[in-house]
Amino acid sequence: MTLAVTNLTIARGGLPVLADVSFALEAGQALILRGPNGVGKTTLLRTIAGLQPSLNGTVAGAQDQIAYAAHSDGLKAMLSVSENLTFWAEVFGQSDISNALKAFDLESLSDSLAGTLSAGQKRRLGLARLLVTGRPIWVLDEPTVSLDTASVAMFAAAVEAHLKSGGMALIATHINLGIEQANVLDVTPFIARNDVAMGSSDEAFL
Amino acid sequence: MKALLIRDIRLAVRAGGGFGLGLAFFLIVIVMVPFAVGADTGLLSKIAPGVLWIGALLACLLSLDRLLALDFEDGTLDLLATAPLPLEAALSVKALAHWITTGLPLIIAAPVLGVLMNLPTQGYGWLVLSLLLGTPALSVIGTFGAALTVGIKRGGLLLSLLVLPLYVPTLIFGAEAARRGAAGAEVSTPMLLLAGISAATIALMPFASAAVLKVNLR
Repeated sequence: MTLAVTNLTIARGGLPVLADVSFALEAGQALILRGPNGVGKTTLLRTIAGLQPSLNGTVAGAQDQIAYAAHSDGLKAMLSVSENLTFWAEVFGQSDISNALKAFDLESLSDSLAGTLSAGQKRRLGLARLLVTGRPIWVLDEPTVSLDTASVAMFAAAVEAHLKSGGMALIATHINLGIEQANVLDVTPFIARNDVAMGSSDEAFL
Repeated sequence: MKALLIRDIRLAVRAGGGFGLGLAFFLIVIVMVPFAVGADTGLLSKIAPGVLWIGALLACLLSLDRLLALDFEDGTLDLLATAPLPLEAALSVKALAHWITTGLPLIIAAPVLGVLMNLPTQGYGWLVLSLLLGTPALSVIGTFGAALTVGIKRGGLLLSLLVLPLYVPTLIFGAEAARRGAAGAEVSTPMLLLAGISAATIALMPFASAAVLKVNLR
């Protein structure tokens, strides 16, 4: 199984931000995306996840394989930790949440309302959601925001376990996660020049 | 799909979920009307079906801007869009949850409030039936409006302006069916048209809602 991104040109607000991005990801590999703020890492991840169309190029092997996690975790404050996780597990056709609770040390919190958690605990719950999706490709946008060192190690261990079991991970982050199998891709060379062919004018409005 | 339905209903009935909002609004409007119009029982029973329908429609409208906005803000919609569930199905389920938490309580409360409006005896069954046939269309059309305005902060005004014209056919035939029922006249024509509107919107609207939501999620 391969995730192949070929000559991908992506746009934000109708203007191209990154052009001709190409890379391939095999089972068991991770790719860390780096680049300064505003360069288009989030847009790239959203395009690969299928949340927005690309201007040009193809993403192969991503259909129904991706578990996406972004800045917001999709948690409901009035549902408990286990209710939140069970909901996402059922949406993705899974039922067992105990592994996810264990991997992110949330067992003692499983009955607390998500609204009462700290920012770091919420983030851990948002990341635990990845484990209950059963999807092979994790697409993560700044997953370590508001995590402490111990939680980052917990997260890195979860990613490594996922890679060992044949999964893939595509992570935009600024810190060193210490994942051995990870390659690093700096997206700065792909910044679109202004003379790159623009998308149709509709893209700016739709 | 069942998980989404259960989650939405559970969220609605928990604190801050806004479960009683539409119902309380409906109650207040209908209780206030006799005070405003006066105690003329003949006049009240004449306007009862129309006022009950308007009340139900506005109560439905009141809860629409929460339908998708909360899920948009906390990122749930992004995650649902990448989930195996098609967006059309997810939005149909959300419309169903909206109907169960808003439309259904209104239907149950309507006959009780009909007493306050001096609704003629033969009108109760037809009123409930017309609401039962009409309110699903209100929820489904409302979901479309909510999907259309989901990215806009405080989009409630725009949502009302967009949705109200779409509600008019449902209101016309729904209120007409209830009025004819209360007057003891033939109801089958408006009732069939009302059922037709509901069936068509339930079948077609989710596709439009999913299409505009995909555009808004970009």
